[in-house]
Amino acid sequence: MSRIRVYIPKDAAALSVGADAVAAAIKNEAQKRAIPVEIIRTGSRGMLWLEPLVEVATARGRIAYGPITPDDVHSLFDADFLHGGAHERTHGHVEEMDWMKRQARVTFARVGVIAPTSLDDYRQHGGLKGLERAIARDGAAIVEDVRKSGLRGRGGAGFPVGIKWKTVLDAQADQKYIVCNADEGDSGTFADRMLMEGDPFLLIEGMIIAGLAVGATKGFIYIRSEYPHAFRTMCEAIAQAEISGVLGRSVLGDARGFALEARLGAGAYICGEETSLLESLEGKRGIVRAKPPLPALHGLFGKPTIVNNVLSFAAVPSIMADGPQAYADYGVDRSRGTLPFQIAGNIARGGLVELPFGATLRTLIEKFGAGTRSGRPIRAVQVGGPLGAYIPESQLDTPLDYEAFAAIGAMLGHGGVVVFDETVDMAKQARFAFDFCAKESCGKCTPCRIGAVRGVETIDRIVAGIDRDKNFVVLDDLNKLMLDASLCAMGGLTPMPVMSALRHFREDFNRAPQAQAAE
Amino acid sequence: MGAFDAQAAKAIIAEHAHLDGAMLPVLHALQHAFGYIDDACVPLIADALNLSRAEVHGTIAFYHDFRAAPAGRRIIKICRAEACQANGCEELLAELKSRRGLTADSASGDRLSIETVYCLGNCALGPAALVDGELVGRLTSDELARLCDGASVEQAQIAAGRKMTGETA
Repeated sequence: MSRIRVYIPKDAAALSVGADAVAAAIKNEAQKRAIPVEIIRTGSRGMLWLEPLVEVATARGRIAYGPITPDDVHSLFDADFLHGGAHERTHGHVEEMDWMKRQARVTFARVGVIAPTSLDDYRQHGGLKGLERAIARDGAAIVEDVRKSGLRGRGGAGFPVGIKWKTVLDAQADQKYIVCNADEGDSGTFADRMLMEGDPFLLIEGMIIAGLAVGATKGFIYIRSEYPHAFRTMCEAIAQAEISGVLGRSVLGDARGFALEARLGAGAYICGEETSLLESLEGKRGIVRAKPPLPALHGLFGKPTIVNNVLSFAAVPSIMADGPQAYADYGVDRSRGTLPFQIAGNIARGGLVELPFGATLRTLIEKFGAGTRSGRPIRAVQVGGPLGAYIPESQLDTPLDYEAFAAIGAMLGHGGVVVFDETVDMAKQARFAFDFCAKESCGKCTPCRIGAVRGVETIDRIVAGIDRDKNFVVLDDLNKLMLDASLCAMGGLTPMPVMSALRHFREDFNRAPQAQAAE
Repeated sequence: MGAFDAQAAKAIIAEHAHLDGAMLPVLHALQHAFGYIDDACVPLIADALNLSRAEVHGTIAFYHDFRAAPAGRRIIKICRAEACQANGCEELLAELKSRRGLTADSASGDRLSIETVYCLGNCALGPAALVDGELVGRLTSDELARLCDGASVEQAQIAAGRKMTGETA
């Protein structure tokens, strides 16, 4: 009798709600009933509200059950879930589920499907095709395809990837580097983590292609220490890739080689800023560098360096395999391709939704997210991490593209969407933006280092009802100064959540001080 | 995890010194071995990496992760970033303070350390905490209190899972 395949995520989010215990319970119950099952641990499909989500391979395809607790396992077996039997938590065929069907899974096509560190599984699901095509071409042709795809940096800045790569390609040096920014520190974002835990070879493949494109032989993935699971999975995948001849002195038998190392950050938000990240990789304090010189010319250890986000590298293999046009066909205007959005915070159905640019924020929150988890009305949505704007309900119909967001004084950033219900105090959130900046500033430039502290003090005075009119003027002035004079995006964008809170939720700053104290 | 030992520290430093930009891997390895980075490591690292003591000290001090003294046996890193705020992480901490008198980031005993962290990437299933390196979602005040008493992390994860089934029911 052949063993029935049961898929259970080992994504950290699934583990956080008991996926390991569910896997153990299913194994035990199968043994007790003498039914041979093979449990395969995968990444997460991204339907995080259904985790732990258990899937079973049947003649009809993979049938999903979730959320499952160890208490449910007995009844799952009784319902013959191993053959797709009906159960109160079944969702039918996983790929036929509304949440999955409405997406365009390009980067996340394999996440939740395959065993993350099985290179065979990766190959069987179309992995390494992009690399094989890239090996057969010269660097300039690879760079040109990336440019044609319209891919822009997925870390948040949205800089065209092809232009960055061209700069590194054209630079003359004895050594060049490929650096992956996996310091995904923005609250509300977890796409990098899910990708590294769910399909690590895709990132490795994208980085090798970058190396071949610009003539770099060494790469580093800088992973934040808050992601221990992602770090372990990446290290395991790198070791597998070395054993299998994907990484090392020769990439898949080619004369060119590529070496890759995963490195752990140490709990500094600022190290998500690319020059600070490079300093940190060099073993120093994560102090931001002035630009120019650009990292593309003077990057890691002073050498020409590509620094891109996880999702930017992960988009490249499919661009190579399917051609740049297939990727560029997704999206709108200057925002081409897909973005894995992350719906988080006070949300009924939170998770990862990969969509072409152009859908509205409302679609994401209402159609996918099904409104707030608390059931109360939405009041504010912060998009793009702690440096992103707070968007009011009235602007939820804004299309999700880089330019449309810039036009309303907001940014898409890394695609994180954090929902707050009506109980949120926006003066408190604005204060937090400054407080966070004060805690995480590298300290190099004065507007950020001092401005953030003054910002906290000024909001405290406003909330306490001290010289409100005067302090609003001080606050506006401070925001403008930080915006214009900070060295990097940390200080330069901290005013974005503050100004949006002031613009859309001014009443929260004008409450009677007693009411504040009573809360 | 063992008590600090200068000879063992030297060996750990030597093991990683060949890496490009060896400092962070060295510091992580030392903290992994001893639970913190003893001041006595500073000259050893400076010597091995050909840096000044000031550079080594400055780097250790820059990063939130590195501890100058041993932490408690149970380490709870609780997320206090926006997505977890939207799910009530500050209320959890306020309750922990009123019920137990415990506050985040205050001097820890040898039993328990509660540390603030900004984002664990579990933003759809908050409030979240990393407990002894394992992620726990949908944290409640009761579970947090139990974890502070040293309760099993797996049980907290299972309790979070039960909460999920209640939400989708």
